[in-house]
Amino acid sequence: MSHPQPSGTRAPRAPAAPATPPSAPAPAPSPPRTVAWREAADRLRAAAVTEPGRLRIIGAVLAALLVVLGTVTAWQVAARASAADAVVHHSQPLSSDAAAVYRSLADADSTAASGFLAGGQEPRTVRERYDDDIALASRLLVKAAANTDGSGTARERIAELNAKLPEYTALVEAARANNRQGLPLGGAYLRYANDRMRDELLPAANALYQAETGRLHSDYADAKSWPWAALGLGVLTLAALGWAQRRTFLRTNRVFNQGLLAATGATTVVLLWLAVGHGVARSELQTSYAHGAHSLEVLTEARIASLQARSNENLTLVARGSVLTKDDEDAYEVKFREGMAKLVGSGGADPEPGSLLDRARALADDKAGRDPVASVIKDVREWQRRHRDARSHDESGDYRYAVDHVIGKQGDTRDSTGETFDSADKTLGNALDHEQNDFHRAADDGREALSGLAAGSAVLAVLAAAGAVLGVGRRLSEYR
Amino acid sequence: MAVCALTATAVTLLPGDGAPHRAVPAAATTARPAEQAVKDTCPSPEASLRPTGDLDGPAVRRIKQQGHLTAGVDQNSYRWGYRDPATGELSGFDIDLVRAIAKDILGDPQKVNFVALSTSNRIPALRQHKVDIVVRTMTINCDRIRQVAFSTEYFKGGQQVMVPKGSPVTGFDDSLKGKRVCTADGSTAKAEVERAPHGSTLLTVTNQLDCLVRLQLGQVDAVVNDNALAAGQAAQDPTVQLVGQPFTAEPYGVAMNLDDKDLVRRVNKVLEDYRSGGSDSPWMRAYRHWLASDLKGIDAPPEPKYLD
Repeated sequence: MSHPQPSGTRAPRAPAAPATPPSAPAPAPSPPRTVAWREAADRLRAAAVTEPGRLRIIGAVLAALLVVLGTVTAWQVAARASAADAVVHHSQPLSSDAAAVYRSLADADSTAASGFLAGGQEPRTVRERYDDDIALASRLLVKAAANTDGSGTARERIAELNAKLPEYTALVEAARANNRQGLPLGGAYLRYANDRMRDELLPAANALYQAETGRLHSDYADAKSWPWAALGLGVLTLAALGWAQRRTFLRTNRVFNQGLLAATGATTVVLLWLAVGHGVARSELQTSYAHGAHSLEVLTEARIASLQARSNENLTLVARGSVLTKDDEDAYEVKFREGMAKLVGSGGADPEPGSLLDRARALADDKAGRDPVASVIKDVREWQRRHRDARSHDESGDYRYAVDHVIGKQGDTRDSTGETFDSADKTLGNALDHEQNDFHRAADDGREALSGLAAGSAVLAVLAAAGAVLGVGRRLSEYR
Repeated sequence: MAVCALTATAVTLLPGDGAPHRAVPAAATTARPAEQAVKDTCPSPEASLRPTGDLDGPAVRRIKQQGHLTAGVDQNSYRWGYRDPATGELSGFDIDLVRAIAKDILGDPQKVNFVALSTSNRIPALRQHKVDIVVRTMTINCDRIRQVAFSTEYFKGGQQVMVPKGSPVTGFDDSLKGKRVCTADGSTAKAEVERAPHGSTLLTVTNQLDCLVRLQLGQVDAVVNDNALAAGQAAQDPTVQLVGQPFTAEPYGVAMNLDDKDLVRRVNKVLEDYRSGGSDSPWMRAYRHWLASDLKGIDAPPEPKYLD
């Protein structure tokens, strides 16, 4: 209804006209780009004086903001989605494979010692368990070598493990061969194999596990970081759209400009989708982290601690007092007690605060997670009780009783420490599976919350840009 | 003498070209009693109580009342005291001696309660009466006779070098130059090698048997060890042998509590019986069964020395 003021528009339009011809000779001979740039700025300044010129600028800026918003949102969301993807499909599997390498090596070591104590009558199940452990570790190492990326530490550790694993198995075979001939030398070989496992292989496996878990943590951090650039840009764009609409309203008294309104709507949707989608993804990833990274780590550590305690318990009977600490205590018994202290600590039925099983119990967030931990605690307490009984018999000269109550009698592990250890190990394995499932569920939910967001935000931003251009164009047309 | 026989063996096994000049230092390394004398401040630690008079005193009566003899032994020294992995039973030269003592006191060689003791637990276990006797390749020396009582010497041990057959090393001498030598931590052997390395480098392991593992794996060239224990190692690997002569003197005795004087006399009586009978004595039979194949050239048990 109100007409544009011709005076204000036409007057500056005259000087704007001559500005066009000089742009033609501009790229020509002598004046370099500084001149061209200055001329463009002059033109812009000249255009800013007229309303249509201003409208063009506003339209261009709004469109540009929206396109940038779409690009930045799509890019930032895609980066987070791919980090979340890496968590689920790459770094978590690598981390749990590394944990499996670690575990199978520790299990092979304790199994070798059990089989050794059984002497010539090594039960077939024990032999198979050792073979399976070694086969699994080799297979996982090959897989890890193929899948691990860049990380120098991980590659070095894999190479080290690949080189040392055959040395270890060779020592175990030498121990077996000597043991079957009734030579005490077998025990010395087994102790040497255990030394290598404890001092070289397990630390390397642990370093590999830490490297892969570090990678997992950084993928988590990447996936969870807020897309501040997109959010900030979204808010800025909304403000610019609001300002443009207010300006139109003030100039024309028209409340709505449909194009700009559509642009505002689309931008609001992008912003909300981004904030809510990322917020949900973040919280699901947080949940999966609690299970994936944390619970799994503590449970894995608890399992390794119990395996090493088992190795040391067996080796106490293999070494039979031939290896002592500085204080003349049996070195393996001391290590067993240290491992148990780490695992469950002293005290009654409950684990000592700060011990691995105490932490695992605190991290378990539902009954299905808590029950196995409670059962492991019970098993380990019984294990400690049976261990003390076996030790006291061994110390008073009844070696046979001690062996029978540590590895069982002719494959029958009833009432032995082996029975409680096996039960604890199995339950820990189930607890790990449970947490692994929880992890996958939450991580998948988190990943899904981001799905479509990148493409959607790009499309919406383009639509919003079109709306802004149309809306401004409509106003502009009123000057023709 | 055992020493001469061993030197002879070493010489015959030497490669032809290097033999003549390398055989000389081997002969030069005779036992070094002078060195021992500096450490031991008592004249004759291996002298014990005569097996006469009170052979059935309070200590022997205590064992009879218990119904079994409690003996501290080793379960890791092959041929001396070790647990047969197949049967789980203890056997060896020391174990036979324990059974002979049990048979004499209780009339039954099976009436023994064996307690596995670590080297450092031998003296505390005796002083606290946890065991009646310790038969565990235990060297009699001046320091120990102040804390526990010993029987007469039942075996003459000494430090000796063990190498793979065909090794140029001829004994504890300069043929060790440039070689890597293994000893157990805290052993006499370690102290001896540190005192006179003969140009060798030393690797120390926690247990004497670990040295044989290292030797088989090619990580060391020679092992220095008590010849009694070395014999046990050589028995587990036909490709290694003892060379040179023992270069320390270490008499082994049965250890008992200082208060159990009657038991000391009783054990010395058992040892008298054990040694008597010439080449068919129980001692010689045990020697032939457990040790002779790797600790050659011994034709008689050591002569007992008595205080009174």
